[in-house]
Amino acid sequence: GFRVGQGLIERFTKDTSRFKDELDIMKFICKDFWTTVFKKQIDNLRTNHQGIYVLQDNKFRLLTQMSAGKQYLEHAPKYLAFTCGLIRGGLSNLGIKSIVTAEVSTMPACKFQVMIQKM
Amino acid sequence: NSELFTLTYGALVTQLCKDYENDEDVNKQLDKMGYNIGVRLIEDFLARSNVGRCHDFRETADVIAKIAFKMYLGITPSVTNWSPGGDEFSLILESNPLVDFVELPDNHSTLIYSNLLCGVLRGALEMVQMAVDVKFVQDTLKGDSVTEIRMKFIRRIEDNLPAGEE
Repeated sequence: GFRVGQGLIERFTKDTSRFKDELDIMKFICKDFWTTVFKKQIDNLRTNHQGIYVLQDNKFRLLTQMSAGKQYLEHAPKYLAFTCGLIRGGLSNLGIKSIVTAEVSTMPACKFQVMIQKM
Repeated sequence: NSELFTLTYGALVTQLCKDYENDEDVNKQLDKMGYNIGVRLIEDFLARSNVGRCHDFRETADVIAKIAFKMYLGITPSVTNWSPGGDEFSLILESNPLVDFVELPDNHSTLIYSNLLCGVLRGALEMVQMAVDVKFVQDTLKGDSVTEIRMKFIRRIEDNLPAGEE
């Protein structure tokens, strides 16, 4: 996922103008990037303004065909790992080092947590 | 999004090359994965395309080239090189979305990069009672001018009724 994310972000930002700041980049991930990859935007972005962001997708496309509730919950992480890499790779090529994890409590909603690493 | 698809397929093949160390094993894995995809994809295909049962292999070839390939890969290969017995034909692909941006390094000359496709076709047709043999005979990644997939009908797969229900 990391390698694919790096490649994708290169292609998508070829002609976009420079990002103002970290928040601007995260908004790009939530809107343009998510829409191009998953055909919808992130539903909710929260941050503590200190390098932690939570991206909430209420109808994550890789989970919608799997379950609408708690069934198969323990298998969900396998299907989220690739997307975590996608986000981490995309951010990496925009100059941001991060750790990305995912959390699911009720499918198909899930939350991606991004922790920016100060370099 | 075709770039996501192409990049993800590339990452998949790259990872398999790291895991298996030799091209022959990677080719086998790709075929197996393709087969697993094919046996499920056929349901999605039949549900979305609404094509009825094909009456012969020629019809099958046309449906594969004009409807299936178009639906899943956005390309329409041409159907040519029919054998005299009508049991073998070629699909000629002018372009292959799986190989955009791809170059095969010299140490992987026996890798069949798009072998997943062969497995998909084999698995899908098995679910509609056809045993076929599918292989690449030309590949633009290896310097050929086109990519050619050869499909051969082997036999019809008969459903076996459970004992006592004849």
